[in-house]
Order: sequence, then C-alpha cells, then structure tokens
Amino acid sequence: MLEAVILIILVVGGAAALSWPLGKYMTALFSGKYARFDSGVARVVGPVPDQDWKRYAIALISFNALMFAFVFALLARQHLLPLNPDGQSAASLDLVFNTAASFTTNTNLQHYSGESTWSYLAQLGGLMWLQFVSAASGIAALAALARGLGGQSTMGNFFMDAGRAAFALLLPLAVVFATILAIRGVPMTLEGAAVATTLEGATQTIARGPAAAFVAIKQLGTNGGGFFGPNSTHPMENPDFWANIAEMIAILLIPMACVWMFGGLIGRMKHAGVVFGVMLAFLLVKIGGAVTFESTPTQAFADLAVMQDTGNLEGKELRLGATTGPLWSVLTTSTSNGSVGAMHDSLNPLTGLMPMAGMWLNATFGGVGVGMIGMFLYVVVAVFIAGMMIGRTPEYLGHKIEGHEMRLAVLALFSHALLILGGTAIFAATPWGQDTLNNIGAHGFSEILYEFSSAAANNGSGFEGLDDDTPAWNIATGLVMLIGRFLPIIVPLAIVGSLMAKSRRAESAGTLSVEGATFGGMLAITVLIFGALTFFPAAALGPIAEHTALMR
Amino acid sequence: MMSYFLPSLRFWLASLLVCVIAYTALMLALAQALVPAKASGSLVERGGEIIGSALIAQDFTSDRYFWPRPSAIDYDGMGAGASNLSPTSADLTERAQGLIARHGATPENPLPADLVAASGGGLDPHISFDAAMFQASRVAASRGLGTDEVRALIEQEAFTPGGIFTSGRIVNVLALNLALDAAAE
Repeated sequence: MLEAVILIILVVGGAAALSWPLGKYMTALFSGKYARFDSGVARVVGPVPDQDWKRYAIALISFNALMFAFVFALLARQHLLPLNPDGQSAASLDLVFNTAASFTTNTNLQHYSGESTWSYLAQLGGLMWLQFVSAASGIAALAALARGLGGQSTMGNFFMDAGRAAFALLLPLAVVFATILAIRGVPMTLEGAAVATTLEGATQTIARGPAAAFVAIKQLGTNGGGFFGPNSTHPMENPDFWANIAEMIAILLIPMACVWMFGGLIGRMKHAGVVFGVMLAFLLVKIGGAVTFESTPTQAFADLAVMQDTGNLEGKELRLGATTGPLWSVLTTSTSNGSVGAMHDSLNPLTGLMPMAGMWLNATFGGVGVGMIGMFLYVVVAVFIAGMMIGRTPEYLGHKIEGHEMRLAVLALFSHALLILGGTAIFAATPWGQDTLNNIGAHGFSEILYEFSSAAANNGSGFEGLDDDTPAWNIATGLVMLIGRFLPIIVPLAIVGSLMAKSRRAESAGTLSVEGATFGGMLAITVLIFGALTFFPAAALGPIAEHTALMR
Repeated sequence: MMSYFLPSLRFWLASLLVCVIAYTALMLALAQALVPAKASGSLVERGGEIIGSALIAQDFTSDRYFWPRPSAIDYDGMGAGASNLSPTSADLTERAQGLIARHGATPENPLPADLVAASGGGLDPHISFDAAMFQASRVAASRGLGTDEVRALIEQEAFTPGGIFTSGRIVNVLALNLALDAAAE
C-alpha cells in the first residue's frame, strides 16, 4: 500500500510540479512573447492575419482535412512505398479510413497491431506526423478560446498557434522524452525484425523499429497509439520501471500545463487553480478506486492451487510494478491519451469502471488543449445554473451567459453522451457488436460500451478482446471519432465567439465568484451530474452487473 | 478557401520536414550513439549467435530450464498480444488448471500467480522471485544439482525493478537460464 501511494505521489505530484513552469512557458509562447520565433513561423506558413472564431475554426478544419486526406493516401499505398523492411502488405480500406480518422482526431484508436500492419514509413510519416499536428491543433484551439475569453478582440491565427505548439512545445519535449526512453531501452532503429535462435533451438523473430521517437510524442500529445500492438505493456515500448515513470508523467504533463496556460491567457490564475483542484480531486478519487479494486486477486483462480497474495495479474507486466496497471488506466482515460500499461479487458470489473468514467467526463485534465475546452463547457453550465439558483444574470469573467450559449454548451455535452450510448445500444442489439465479443455476458457489454466511449472521447484505449477490425466497427467508430473531436472544438469556439460580440462587464461585489471553494464544489457537482449520472444505467449493465454477479 | 489551403500546405510540408524527418534522424543518431545495443533491441548473443533479446520472453519447455510466464500469443515476437480475458472468465480457470498441472502445484504448495496469469504483451521476460523459487527443485533435479545451488543462482539474478519504489523482486528468465548453462560448464 505504501508502495502504491509513493508511486502515485511520484507520478501525479511530479507531473503537477513540472506542469507549473511549463504552463508559464506556454502562456508566454501563445502570448507572442517570442517574437523572433513567431516571425520564423510566419515565414514558413505565410501571412498570418488575425482570425475571428469562424475563420479560426475554418482554418483548423481545413488543415485537419488535409491531415486526414494525406495520411489516408499514404496508408492506402504503404505496400508500394519504400521504408518497409518487414514487407507489410496493403491494408483494407475500412481500416485505412478508421486509422486515418483515428490519428487525425488525436484518438489513436488502433484496430490493428502496429508491428504487423504498418510499414515504418506509414508509422513515421503518417501516424507519428499526425500525433504531432493533431496535438498541435488541440492546443491551438484552447489558446484561441482563452484569448477570446480573456477579452482580446481576435482569437489569433490558427497556423501561427499550430506552429508554436508543434515546433516550440511538442518537438523539444519529445526529443527529451525520446532520449530518456532510448536510454532505458526502447529501440530506435530502421532495421527490420531481428531473427534469433532460442536456447531450446526454436526461431524467434523479434520486431523492433524506430519506437523511441514514436512513443515520446504518443504520450506527450495525449495521442496514445503505440508502436507495438500491446502498447506500453510491450517490453520494447516500456522496458523498465523508470521508462514507465517517464511515460506516465508524460501522459499528464501537457494536459495539466494547459490549465495553467488557460489561466495565464485569461489573466485569472486563481480561477485556473480552482479548476485544476477540481480536476485533481476527480483524478485522485479514480486512482484510489482503481488501485483498490485491482488489488483483489483474479477471481478465476479463486479456488485453485494459486497463491492469492498479489492482486489481479492477468494482462500485467512484472517489471512495471503492481500499481502501474490501474494507475495508468486512470491517467490514460482521464486525459484522452489511450495508451495502456496493462490490458484493460482483464481488469477487475469495478477497476474497469474507472477508465470508463474518465472517458465519460473527458475533462479531468482531458486531452491536450481539448480537455480544458471540455471543462470550459462544464464551467459555463455550472455558472448558468448557479446564476439561476441565486436569481442573478449568469456571468463568467464578465461575459453574460445567455440562452444561445447555454444551448450550444448543452448540445456539445449531450452529443458526447448520445454518441456513446446510441452507438453502444445499436451494437449491443445487433450482430455488429454481438458477433465480435471476446467475453460473454456483462463483460461483453462492457467491451462494446468501452469502445464507443473511447471513440467519442477521442481516447483510443480499448477492451482489446473485441474483434474490432470489421467494416462495421471501423466505419462506426471512425464517424464517432470525427464527430466527437470536431463538434466539441467548434461549438466552444462558437460560444466564445458569441461572448466576444457582447460587451463585457466589469465584475462587482455581486458577481458570482469563480475563484473559491464554493465554486469548486459547484463545478464538481455539475461535472458529476452531467457527466457521470447520464452514464449510470450503462455502467449498471456492464461493470457493476459483472461485479455483483461474479466477484466474491 | 484558397487562403486556408496554401498555409495548410506549407505547414504540412514544414511539419513533415521538422517533426518527422529531422526528429527521427536526430533520435536515430542520438540513440545509436548513446546506447547502440539498446537501440537495436537489446539483443543477447551466445557463441556469436543471436539467441534472443533481454527484453523479450522466449519459450522454455524442458525441465532443465526455468519456464516463463504464460503467453497468450506463444512468445511470437512479431505478434505480441494478450488474452484479454475478463478476470472472471471460465476460460481463464480452464487455462490455469492446465498450468497448475504442468507445474505440479498443489494446495499445500500453490503456484505463484504470475505463472498462471498471462502478461499484457505476451512477451514479459521476467518471473517473480517466488515463481523462480517454486521451479528451483524441478530444475535442480533435472540437472543433477543441489537445490541450494540453484536457489543461490536465483538470489544472484533477482532484482527489484523499481529500486526502493517496488517491494517484490523479479528475475529475467533468459538471463537466469543462461547463468544456469554457464555454471554447468
């Protein structure tokens, strides 16, 4: 138990400590403090006029459309292109569609196993490239939103912001983390698989590749798609305890820093502190729950001649320590990362509920940029409800929240629920889902529920027993990922655009404070009711049913 | 739309050049310079031949060797994966019963859990200290060695994966088996 607590403090505390200076740097970067760098970006992308919310959104969508189209073409033709030492063949078009959509939307849902599907060129030039630019898109959107809320007359320029994010934030951090990972043993080579003759005389072909570079940006950009199929349970993707710590800190680092950047750009650090506190509280509760639930030994071994003194070890790796599986599962789904340090399909039933809840809320730090945008939606709703309760015009940072903004906010929040619950309902009731399960009963339902939650939340992890490389799954989740990514980016930009058009009021003694513990509590309750309660029936049918029926 | 297409194209090109080509080249150079053996996959050689990787489990079935954790993908280095079975699954119980019989475990001498539970990637190169000790008598008997001798070898190879942050010790199966073979010569 002490071991678990120390590890959690190391990872969560370490990430939080590092996020503070990083957040300050990001505030400076997106405020244009580095003029020489900015003019360098301007020289590269061309003229960078200031944009209002509509133009910013169109720019973002245009570039993302190019992202999708380019990588679709690259993946579809990978068998004809160079840098394919292991001779990967052509992939099916529905898988290409799903993968291109997946990495464009920062989801990194993988209905494939990397080392046996994609060539090095596809992984590097297609998927890793998307990991950089999709993360950059999300961070840019947050900067734009914050500028509008902070009272500026424009949202900035998308290409300038994306360039700042990609070249001055993600790239240097990636180099640092990739170096750490390489030193700990993650391979970094363009040679094809190695062939070994084992001690007992068998042949073992061992996949390797340019993994260190890939894994670094996978974690930092809350992408999550692994170089190898089993993600960070694969010994070459996560070779030892210290690489493991670095990878976990990398999951949280930029999402946490984004909260500080938000606060810096709107000029209200105390408010950012309250938001950070609420997110951290949710995170710690989920971590506590997951670690506790996972310490119950594997139920299937209960009456057998097996020692019952360790927790559930199915799907876990020994070198990572017992706490890693559940801890990582919460971190990865709280941040829409999606990488895994243990197999989620083999987690104890209630442990599996923690990552699901993280994806349903999608804002307890959330993805880079978009997590804070998601929490902004909850803040708008919380302020509105609080205002109604005390009979005052709802106001957030001097902006009046009226019917139009509320309708948009509720649209964005409910679309998330609709995508998840609607998709799950359809697939649970038809062979599309039923024929692809790896586990029967309530756990099978959980597999379907998890997959749609992961796609809608742009997470990318999964209960990987699900046979998800089918046209039905590929197309359905592809569409859900696209809607789940762009709707919750464009709608908040529209909300802030609408607020910017109104006159801003100075705050008075009568204004509802967004900086105290009271507001923090209000925000937490709003998140719980809108986020968690909506999904309670689904949770009851899946993980909770499995727990009550089968666990002793 | 043109005003969005041109900057998109330029940013596409720039990010490919910098974030893919330059970044990959830099990391290749750094990794191969700093840690060449690890960068190439931590391959292990014996007698000039590649016999495996220090990071990747390989199958051992002979009584003379320590056996690794179960693998849902038969230790396929090109097809790593897990069972993805729910911990309440009947399939898991069935698989476990086979393993218990194979290892010769009894209720008085139960099997350590890591020898019954498959790893996440199917290639976990380690077993727990208890799992190694459990197999010590079988290995010793098969090789005509004293059990204490084999136990001493395990103690030598065991380590804590996270220093002071983890409590249990683990052993790399390939390293242990190589040490066994070396001690025999």
